[in-house]
Amino acid sequence: MTVKFTKDHEWIAVSGTTGRVGITVYAQSQLGDLVYVEVPAIGKALTKGGEAAVVESVKAASEVYAPVSGKVTAANDALADAPETVNADAEGEGWLYEMEIADPAELGDLMDRAGYDAYVETLH
Amino acid sequence: MMNRQGRPSTPGEASSGAVDTVLGHRGLDHEEALIFEQGQAGRSGVDLPEVPAVTSRLGNLARKGPIGLPGLSEPQVVRHYVRLSRRNYAIDMGLYPLGSCTMKHNPRLNEKLARLPGFADLHPLAPLSTTEGAVEVMGVLAHWLKVLTGMPAVALTPKAGAHGELCGIMAIRAAHVARGEGETRKRILVPESAHGTNPATAAYCGFTVDPVPATAEGRVDLAALKAKLGPDVAAIMLTNPNTCGLFERDIREIAEAVHGVGGYFYCDGANFNAIVGRVRPGDLGVDAMHINLHKTFSTPHGGGGPGAGPVVLSAALAPFAPLPWVVEKDGRFALVEDDKGQSFGRMAAFNGQMGMFSRALAYMMSHGADGLAQAASDAVLSANYIQARLSDVMTAAFDGPCMHEALFDDRFLKDTGVTTLDFAKAMIDEGYHPMTMYFPLVVHGAMLIEPTESESKESLDEFIAVMRRLAEAARAGEVDRFTGAPHYAPRRRLDETLAARKPVLRWTPPAPAQAAE
Amino acid sequence: MRYLPLTGDDRAEMLAAIGAPSVDDLFRDVPEAARLSGPVDLPRHLGEFEVEQAISAMAAKSRHSGVMASFLGAGAYRHHIPAAVDHLIQRSEFLTSYTPYQPEIAQGTLQYLFEFQTQVALLTGMEVANASMYDGSTACAEAVEMARRVTGRHRVVLSGNLHPHYAEVIRTLAALHGTEVVSKPAAPGGEGDLSGDVDGGTACVVVQYPDVFGHVTDFTALAKAVQGAGALLIVAVTEVVALGALVPPGAMGADIVVGEGQGLGVGLQYGGPYLGLFAARAKFVRQMPGRLCGETVDATGRRGFVLTLSTREQHIRREKATSNICTNSGLCSLAFTIHLSLLGEAGLVKLAALNHARAVTLADALAGVPGVKLLNQSFFNEFTLRLPKAAAPVVEGLVARGILGGVPGARLWPGDPAADDLLIVAATETNSEAEIAAFAKALAEVLA
Repeated sequence: MTVKFTKDHEWIAVSGTTGRVGITVYAQSQLGDLVYVEVPAIGKALTKGGEAAVVESVKAASEVYAPVSGKVTAANDALADAPETVNADAEGEGWLYEMEIADPAELGDLMDRAGYDAYVETLH
Repeated sequence: MMNRQGRPSTPGEASSGAVDTVLGHRGLDHEEALIFEQGQAGRSGVDLPEVPAVTSRLGNLARKGPIGLPGLSEPQVVRHYVRLSRRNYAIDMGLYPLGSCTMKHNPRLNEKLARLPGFADLHPLAPLSTTEGAVEVMGVLAHWLKVLTGMPAVALTPKAGAHGELCGIMAIRAAHVARGEGETRKRILVPESAHGTNPATAAYCGFTVDPVPATAEGRVDLAALKAKLGPDVAAIMLTNPNTCGLFERDIREIAEAVHGVGGYFYCDGANFNAIVGRVRPGDLGVDAMHINLHKTFSTPHGGGGPGAGPVVLSAALAPFAPLPWVVEKDGRFALVEDDKGQSFGRMAAFNGQMGMFSRALAYMMSHGADGLAQAASDAVLSANYIQARLSDVMTAAFDGPCMHEALFDDRFLKDTGVTTLDFAKAMIDEGYHPMTMYFPLVVHGAMLIEPTESESKESLDEFIAVMRRLAEAARAGEVDRFTGAPHYAPRRRLDETLAARKPVLRWTPPAPAQAAE
Repeated sequence: MRYLPLTGDDRAEMLAAIGAPSVDDLFRDVPEAARLSGPVDLPRHLGEFEVEQAISAMAAKSRHSGVMASFLGAGAYRHHIPAAVDHLIQRSEFLTSYTPYQPEIAQGTLQYLFEFQTQVALLTGMEVANASMYDGSTACAEAVEMARRVTGRHRVVLSGNLHPHYAEVIRTLAALHGTEVVSKPAAPGGEGDLSGDVDGGTACVVVQYPDVFGHVTDFTALAKAVQGAGALLIVAVTEVVALGALVPPGAMGADIVVGEGQGLGVGLQYGGPYLGLFAARAKFVRQMPGRLCGETVDATGRRGFVLTLSTREQHIRREKATSNICTNSGLCSLAFTIHLSLLGEAGLVKLAALNHARAVTLADALAGVPGVKLLNQSFFNEFTLRLPKAAAPVVEGLVARGILGGVPGARLWPGDPAADDLLIVAATETNSEAEIAAFAKALAEVLA
């Protein structure tokens, strides 16, 4: 399984043609305490860079974009009652949804862990 | 025998410690339960005559169960709401420097006149032959608004500023549709510093929102704006004076440029109070502008409404105004409720915020043309005075004179461990309502201070002294005073995260107690 | 000028501190051509007495409901407001405060909003309610927008017996979004079941309860049909006092209940400001427009209240907001809450019963006038008559006899000849039996 990252601070863990998607630890730290997470409906078609989910803190709402195109196959419904899971474990239990990846070649546009860490450094 | 025992009449030594009181009250500050946690079934604060026996015609839909309302007598209800009232800050208590909100004095004459039965006890669908007085107020108010703005028409019905924006953008949309350009003009330009309602309104009306950047000096970037113009632009929405408290110097050029590509100029009139009586928006090239009667013309804010947002319109947009409207003929006014012309429709049932019209008219007539201009002048003078007196200890966001509000950023708090929010909360302990914070978004840690014309110089000087002392305290490392604030309010800081994660939006009766085993 | 504290000396000192030669200099960013050189062409300032005189003279030109017997309804109702209501809402701390954005010093406003939300939820039989909207008509239009968001569908069915102003506001806003609005024809004698008008593309059905002609209809079956098709049922209530006597819409299965709260605490006010009520099922709360007040705790664990879920609102979401509305009808919601608190359960139930009794008496009296036909089998405090001639001139004839005798159909459906002979009449606790008798007598005279 490989994990890739976007400049908008999403991660996607890929195994075969499916990917599990969430926001990064850095992203949750910037947003602060999350109070609501809106996950996409199963079956929803996503386009790379298009809106896939919404995470909200008290004073901000942020769109979570699809790292690659595809179709939603699962959603982390547990977040509805426990959005704080994203704060506690953004890149683990705080995953948002899973998708069937339409075109694995799109993954090539994303960063690996080292690349993302270096990118985050540039934001300080 | 008469009791000759005296009682102590000097205070003795004050202890410094806090005392836990029996019920949690602290002197005049009473803890107060919800109305639902009080009362008894069968009690009422209203006496009504006996109900005559009739055969019900409720169509078998008579309510079956109880509603769940508590029963209280009048003294209980009065005490409850008086106690609640004492947990609010208000303009009548002190300076309320909430930038962009214009918390000026609310004259009580206006309250008295709005309650005259000739306005207040008038049904909105009463025969037009019986409502002449109210319609006259609407007509005279419309006249004042048109003269003050230099615009030929006004739509009175919008119920708030955002509703006025909606009215103005709908008129613009209708005008484009009428000339066959409804499908092609889909873009509205909105400066980054705009009130959130501007982009919300444009999007609500089906337009795409194209943000226009600001210059380093807090005004619209004219070159960037011109580069965005094209035949698909429906309008620009611009606040002037803008949300940084600055007058848009290039406003006439902006208007010309937008008109040049066939677009309209919507002006957000939230800050009209800074220029009323001194500058007419009609002379600036404005096509539509809403006027917050609750700001410029001092109808009370009432804890968040109701307001009123009449919209002045240029001749090009006037035919599309919403129903109903007032017409004047031979010095008499009439209400038009039905029109077969180009009106875009109706924004609300009935005739608009009559209760605000009478208040605003009383305010205008009290001030007159001279007093309104003086009010604008004093508001601008007071804001500049605050800016001048605080700029050495706080950091003004922009150079040069401001209009009616002074904008500071948080550079002066750098490395102090104190945030704009902490600074604001410390103002509460000092007896002030905080200024507007974190708005406009174009300035980091923004603090927007609007004193209005209602403050005496003594009051301004006191406020300035407090702000200076707080700024010094922040830099002197007195962090606890800020991060723990407020210390002296009915509540300490409230947990907004908890409120949003597990919303409790109403009282629910406690679960019935378990029967004793 | 009594409202302006600065003196000439103050102004001079302040200018000196600023370092500006004059106030005009502070306006130097205004383009020269746009600066006025003198006052605009309006009267100069006036003393309090002169203003009071001038505006009172205008008010005196109205012949209001206090000097004539009033039987007007059709969306606004005259009820007696206890004196304590107006006294309390004029307390400085309520009247002259702003939106409670600083909750530590706005618990007064926040707590009454929480009480208001609870009262509205209880009255409507719904799970949650917001902190109010502009008025009933705009609340109704916002409910339609919300139904579009929830369902993702764009077809709306409006009952023909929905107040025509409400329908017009919905149509005006729907035009912005390409929403298809199916407006059923008005049915003065009562509307049939609308289940057949719902299809798989329908976002919502909007009905009124009691409807604009006064009929009281059970929507339980309609709610099932609407929800079965994946749409929402919106119920509008223009006379909130009716909920003291009737099965609440929530109990019939409504998804959203909107209402006009003017009848409690607010008064007639020639149409505004009024009070929009908005209640819904809890599962839709994040799609609701308007402000919401929620319970929480402060840093020391004490209960307190804050505005919450504000990420739905325009000041955060900007162009993605659920609505462009950024206010509520604060002081009107306070008036409503105080009036309802004074009434309490027993008082509201009795008030509603009294309204119904007066309306029954009035209906029987008016239906006895030759040529007059009562169109209602059921009603609360309002019903519709068919007159033997056009109603508008009849209403003028009644005015001449000191009676505001109802709203003629032509006022609400201008240009529709089928409405010309309709008269919508309301009675409340403010109408005495003597007034009712006088109305019946006057109507007989005018029709004779």
